[in-house]
Amino acid sequence: MNDTSTLKPGHIQGETGIWEMVIGLEIHAQISSKSKLFSGASASFGSEANRNVSLVDAAMPGMLPVINEFCVEQAVKTGLALNAKINNVSVFDRKNYFYADLPQGYQISQFTKPIVGEGEIIVDLDDGEQTTIGIERLHLEQDAGKSLHDQHPTKSYIDLNRTGVALMEIVSKPDIRSPQEAGAYVKKIRSILRYIGACDGNMEEGSLRADCNVSIRKSGEEFGTRCEIKNLNSIRFIIQAIQSEAERQVDILEEGGTIDQETRLFDTSTGETRSMRSKEDAHDYRYFPDPDLLPLEFSESWVQDIKEKLPELPDSLKKRLIKDFGITSYDASILVEEKDYVDFYQHAANGRDGKLTANWMITELFGALKKDNLSFLKSPITSENLGELISLISNGTISGKIAKEVFSEMMKSKKSPSEIVKEKGLEQVSDDSEILKLIDQVILKNQDNVNEYLSGKDKLFGFFVGQVMKLSQGKANPGIVNKLLKEKLK
Amino acid sequence: MPNKDTIVDVPTVNKIARLCRLDIPEVNKESLTNDLNNILGFVAQLDEVDTSNVEPLASVTGHKLPLRSDDVNDGNIEDLVLKNAPESSSGFFVVPKVIE
Repeated sequence: MNDTSTLKPGHIQGETGIWEMVIGLEIHAQISSKSKLFSGASASFGSEANRNVSLVDAAMPGMLPVINEFCVEQAVKTGLALNAKINNVSVFDRKNYFYADLPQGYQISQFTKPIVGEGEIIVDLDDGEQTTIGIERLHLEQDAGKSLHDQHPTKSYIDLNRTGVALMEIVSKPDIRSPQEAGAYVKKIRSILRYIGACDGNMEEGSLRADCNVSIRKSGEEFGTRCEIKNLNSIRFIIQAIQSEAERQVDILEEGGTIDQETRLFDTSTGETRSMRSKEDAHDYRYFPDPDLLPLEFSESWVQDIKEKLPELPDSLKKRLIKDFGITSYDASILVEEKDYVDFYQHAANGRDGKLTANWMITELFGALKKDNLSFLKSPITSENLGELISLISNGTISGKIAKEVFSEMMKSKKSPSEIVKEKGLEQVSDDSEILKLIDQVILKNQDNVNEYLSGKDKLFGFFVGQVMKLSQGKANPGIVNKLLKEKLK
Repeated sequence: MPNKDTIVDVPTVNKIARLCRLDIPEVNKESLTNDLNNILGFVAQLDEVDTSNVEPLASVTGHKLPLRSDDVNDGNIEDLVLKNAPESSSGFFVVPKVIE
């Protein structure tokens, strides 16, 4: 009845036909440096107001910016991880605008000659498919300060601690076609940044935030006019904001209106976007090269040194996990999302059943952590202990059912699974004579059912298995129970 | 080459003034426009030189951009930073409200 259920993600059914979304993302990633991009003040989060501010950050007259080598290295590293062209000469420009939390009156950024040029990444979608998204550029720039508007009825309070902290702006090509793809793209960029240690990727603290450029068109037509949604700090909001913005544009165009190219904000309480700046103040940043800074130059051999030190990245790790442990592409893509997951998994699965380990880690462990609201690093279950549990299942010491009991005990007590099995006497009973004793008891107690079974009521077999398992408190090996019962009830 | 007398007109001066948050008295705008045209016209003489085969020059000294190591060795001077602020409170700069 409702044909929206068959629509592809990123398509909108309008009155006049199906509309397609065209999306490009600008990701701002805070570099994980100790000090700022152009000053020696701390770049840490959560200090007292204006504590991490030098006279350079406060834009006092006569102060000179000096660039942080670590930040340059992180930008190059990220460029290499995004398979992008590294520009050995790049230039810093001033982007001029006035705002209370920008004491210089301009942001030092890179406009015509960024440090990193075109690249591309592979993005994993939820259905297990992959798509390639182009990278337009990556450049270095300063963050602005923070304005608090709710401290006073007529005043704004300004904290410059974040002023001058190093950011990488990663600009995608307009290759993204659905909100879900946009979410997957951000997830992949975040994952890469965390692997190489260039950015902690913490979206709640604002270390990673995205501006989304959204336009719509009928399939095969030219790009439409785009709107930019500023400063989204969660993947969920990115997905919601793009969907709602695209729907807004469909409504306008189908009513015969036109889209104004403008900057919009996503209101998380209404789930809709609203206009942010009046058109009168249209972007006119009057960029020009910063006369305080010479072009940034580095040698090809320095770039090669960085390249050699790059850690193994998610795509290559994923291939290796599939090959070495025989797990599915879907499981592998979940495990490589975080370096910590991969390290944990490789340790737990080493020399064991890889598929079983992946199942227990993804379904049971991730599920239990989510339920208890614990971060992965706070997991009460170590990789050693999960591995040991897998061994106990694989070698038949405990059944899968008992393993779940042991697992919840491990979550509670942090004890090792063999300790728990020993304490609670949970070893699986696989000994024929032990099980035969249980079978005899069940047969004795249920003589009526035995007669019915023998007279042809085959369905009762399951009842006997259940009774034996119950009598063993779940510890009997179900395979052996089945085999012996069959022989016994012939 | 553009006529050097008409590079900048009064509306352009108005626009630049607004972007720079400068309040220029109406009576000064005509002369300011002339001054800007004179300056730009003077600089425009450089367009007569063919530079198509010349690399852009970033520095006449031959210096390279110096890099510093990632050490925290500045900050913790909030009193100094706030000293010239017309208004401050509990460590913050206080300014007229900048949001609608």
